Amino acid sequence: MSAAPPPESGGSGDSGDSGVTRAEYCAVACAEVFRGDGEVMASAFGTAPALGARLARLTFAPDLVLTDGDAALVAGVPALGADIATLLLESHMPYRKVFDTVWSGRRNLIMMASQIDRTGNQNISAIGEWAQPTVQLVGVRGAPGNTVNHSTSYWVPNHSTRSFVEQVDVVCGVGYARAEAAGPSATRFHEIRRVVSNLGVFDFETPDHTMRVRSVHPGVTVDEVVAATGFELVVPDEVSETRQPTPEELELLRTVLDPRGLREREVRS
Amino acid sequence: MADKRLTLDELIGELHSGMTIGIGGWGSRRKPMAAVRAILRSDLTDLTVVSYGGPDVGLLCAAGKVKRAVYGFVTLDSIPTDPHFKAARQAGAIECTELDEGMFYLGLLAASQRVPFLPTRAGLGSDVMVVNPSLRTVVSPYDDAEELVAVPALRLDAALVHVNRADAKGSGQILGPDPFFDELFLGAADRRFVTTERIVDTDRFAAEGPLQSLCISRLLTDGVIETTGGAHFTACVPDYPRDEAFQKEYAAAAGDPDAWAAFRQRFLEVDESGYQMAVGQADVERKARRAAERAGTTTGGTR
Repeated sequence: MSAAPPPESGGSGDSGDSGVTRAEYCAVACAEVFRGDGEVMASAFGTAPALGARLARLTFAPDLVLTDGDAALVAGVPALGADIATLLLESHMPYRKVFDTVWSGRRNLIMMASQIDRTGNQNISAIGEWAQPTVQLVGVRGAPGNTVNHSTSYWVPNHSTRSFVEQVDVVCGVGYARAEAAGPSATRFHEIRRVVSNLGVFDFETPDHTMRVRSVHPGVTVDEVVAATGFELVVPDEVSETRQPTPEELELLRTVLDPRGLREREVRS
Repeated sequence: MADKRLTLDELIGELHSGMTIGIGGWGSRRKPMAAVRAILRSDLTDLTVVSYGGPDVGLLCAAGKVKRAVYGFVTLDSIPTDPHFKAARQAGAIECTELDEGMFYLGLLAASQRVPFLPTRAGLGSDVMVVNPSLRTVVSPYDDAEELVAVPALRLDAALVHVNRADAKGSGQILGPDPFFDELFLGAADRRFVTTERIVDTDRFAAEGPLQSLCISRLLTDGVIETTGGAHFTACVPDYPRDEAFQKEYAAAAGDPDAWAAFRQRFLEVDESGYQMAVGQADVERKARRAAERAGTTTGGTR
């Protein structure tokens, strides 16, 4: 981990380039999740996280290792939606080796969350009672193992009181309180680094590891964030805005990584 | 040397109601769907299905074959959830063991290594430990004294996997980029069956792919069944990709009893060659429909 502080605040407080879309702020906020990472496998689910990992790799996290989304690691930095057959591959990464990598800790991940709660528990398994859910989702997948083995962050493109809840229905990704209750083997490699939503960026850098507003995206007020959240967020006295993309980052996002504008379909401005 | 070739009917004869059956592949990729369809046509019931779940689990649930599903997820990949599995869960129709997908790997590995469990961090602190109250932790006997999850061996009565090529003696060749956990499914099972796109002479293997593609040894197989198109509609690269149009129709039909009855009658209440023929016909109809739509658009016709 590098010691470079994340320059996440816009500083001046103005919302800067008004041509920057909400989706682009989200992509940059996701890129920041990988700042300071050395040679680790970046896994990213969702459009903004996929762009964020690529952007970080092309700028401030050059040693990051990207996957082709199938069974290989790629040498270059492909655009979103690039034909998998055209990619330059550098290593074989079938699922069995993915687990070996997870357990080695050499991975940084942004997963999605259907529900996330105050202490960072995540749910992608089921809504309602697990025994007979009102809505069956995909299943716990690798979330339990990911969260106790390497840094995990979450991407929630639809921030609302239905996704940010007091307590998730099924604990898939393990949050701080649950990890602490499970003991030192669960906390040893546990880190929920960030939650990025379409409204802002959140972390758990509070004394009791409950969710804190780290920044709001330009154009979003703290009141809006609080109203869209189903639990009491820690709100610092001064809440900064999510930082502006640099001109280079905007150029990379718009012309190299996502020329078709897929990001704008996931998050509307 | 033993000739392990079987027919699908002979395969079904080796299976029994109440068995725990492991199904290889991952999501909607390289699933032994011809074998699954044969189970759907049989009177087998009360099965425990162990799977990195895809439409195999959905179809077996829809047919009422499943007593318990053991899974980390059930997905169609390009469609996030399988609607039949979803319906079965929401109706409370099946018992479930939901595990972290890495725990699942260790369970198969423990079974294939004949040890009772393997330790991991995965699961600690999560509801996997809550919804599976029989799971236990184990304390390291060394100085670190770490407490870890003891993933119990996932022992299988039978395993079914689908590969690109195999020979009559039971060696299997996987030509796609990911062998998934097929080798471990076979290793964890008492009776081990490999379906394949094509049974070839052993001396063909080298021309088909590199040595590493020969990842299923005959040490792990009891029967080999040639089922060309046997993974359809899941992906079986490089032989064929997922049939997305067909998968969409499968998923859409789940929401409508009449549409599902029609789907069943056309695709599932026929034998495997009938299935493959119906799939071909459906594809021709789909293309004709699209061509007609295009023609309609260009002539300013119906929208």
